[in-house]
Amino acid sequence: MRLRGNIHKISGFIIGDAQAERAVPPTGFTARLVVFAAAVMAFLAVFVLALSVSAGKLAERWEAELAQSATIRISAPRGQMQAQTEAALAVLNTTPGVAAARVLSDAEQRALLEPWLGTEMPLADLPIPQLIEVVQTPAGLDTEALRLRLLGEVPGAVLDDHARWRKPLAHAAARLSALGWLLIGLIFGVMAAMITLAANAALAANATVITVMRLVGAKDSYIASAFVRRFTLRALSGAALGMCLGVIGLLFLPSGSAESGLLSGLGFSGASWLWPLGLPPLAGAVAFGATQAAARRTLKELR
Amino acid sequence: MVWRKSGPQGAQRGVWVIELNDVAYSYGDGELLGELSLTLPAGSFHFLTGPSGAGKTTLLKLCYGELLPTAGHLRLFDQDVRSLDRDGLAELRRRIGVVHQNCQFLDHLPIADNIALPLTVAGHSVADEQQNLAELMSWVGLRARAAALPPELSGGERQRAALARAVIMSPDVILADEPTGNIDWEMSQRLLQLLVELNKMGKTVVIATHDLGLIRAAKTQVQARVLRIANRRVQLAGADL
Repeated sequence: MRLRGNIHKISGFIIGDAQAERAVPPTGFTARLVVFAAAVMAFLAVFVLALSVSAGKLAERWEAELAQSATIRISAPRGQMQAQTEAALAVLNTTPGVAAARVLSDAEQRALLEPWLGTEMPLADLPIPQLIEVVQTPAGLDTEALRLRLLGEVPGAVLDDHARWRKPLAHAAARLSALGWLLIGLIFGVMAAMITLAANAALAANATVITVMRLVGAKDSYIASAFVRRFTLRALSGAALGMCLGVIGLLFLPSGSAESGLLSGLGFSGASWLWPLGLPPLAGAVAFGATQAAARRTLKELR
Repeated sequence: MVWRKSGPQGAQRGVWVIELNDVAYSYGDGELLGELSLTLPAGSFHFLTGPSGAGKTTLLKLCYGELLPTAGHLRLFDQDVRSLDRDGLAELRRRIGVVHQNCQFLDHLPIADNIALPLTVAGHSVADEQQNLAELMSWVGLRARAAALPPELSGGERQRAALARAVIMSPDVILADEPTGNIDWEMSQRLLQLLVELNKMGKTVVIATHDLGLIRAAKTQVQARVLRIANRRVQLAGADL
């Protein structure tokens, strides 16, 4: 029942009161200003939203991948390397929580070092530790128990459960997400300020209209509604336009593979494409609040 | 209720519609009106005279709630104006029609829409009241000018349009501030006639004016009291008027 009442109110607001609308003359400049400001702000908000969502997802994926895996590094004299590697694999095969363990080949290890050391370096001559990639079961493994077992049975093995990588990543993801929302808040704050200025200009330009309407018995809500509806619909339409342009802009950005990093992977995926649809209603709500406040302030100065 | 020339009219005769009890009004440091006590019964006809700056316009503004007294008590239709919130004041103004010397209109709307504005703001459908609106415009002699914009009207037409707008909601009280200030004698007589007709329908009419000729002309047609504001007080004017 209440929902129906609210729907009725919103549809009444969108349809508007044609008679009340006519009382306020068209304000060409402020109309264009509000549409332009809302469009630009929504355009920027789409990119900030995309950045925030992409960064959050990337960090989540990194964290999930790292949390599900661990690495054992074996540093031993060349003659003992094979034996220690086999001993480590034997330990891992009997450790609960280990889904798979795989010894990285020389080629894979070289590929990991190449970005730092280049292709010319004779890696075969260097005492490079042997790496074993461990994939955990969803239940995870007891890293402390594994460490103790390795200490006893494979003296050259060191277990890295990636905890020291995970923490800063989780921290960075939270900060990036908060920064994204802060930026969206700032964008809509600036939009509210611009709409307030435009509404104040429109109200000042229509001082005579307001005086006449008060004189003939118009209530504040009636006078305010003519301005509020106009500014809300302008912000809504401007933001819808800006949102569409922003989404089109995102589609034209180069798409990158999951591993290629943040900037080339900027955008939405799957259901997250629905996020920008929230921007026009939010802009409308901001315009509604800003114009309502400006109109009430102006009207209070009149008897 | 909207304007009908032959319909039920005005507040019950004899009831006070405006009561001022020791009312004072000051602009900044200077007191313009002081210790003003006055009661206007429903259906009465009053002129308000006095020198320029004596406070006639201020008194009218007090009477429709645009100004609040700085001291004393002012009751409109038995309601203390101080106790009214903004919506209450707006509703009260629908019972008071105001005509200013420099009447303001919404210049982008045809004069017919301006006259119908009180109906619009009160939530009435103008489409449903087209016949009454046409009758009212004929009564003030503006039927042929319905589509004209306010800047296209002469001074007299604007005053008549303001009067039509003031009465379209069939208010109980009509306050007119120098309504004949910008128009010729013939037009002022026409306007007076309209106000006298309204009074005969039971409306309380208060006219602030300098125009002694207008007052004398009115006294031949209606029983009018003449109030003079001087030295911050209101006095009943002498028989010479």
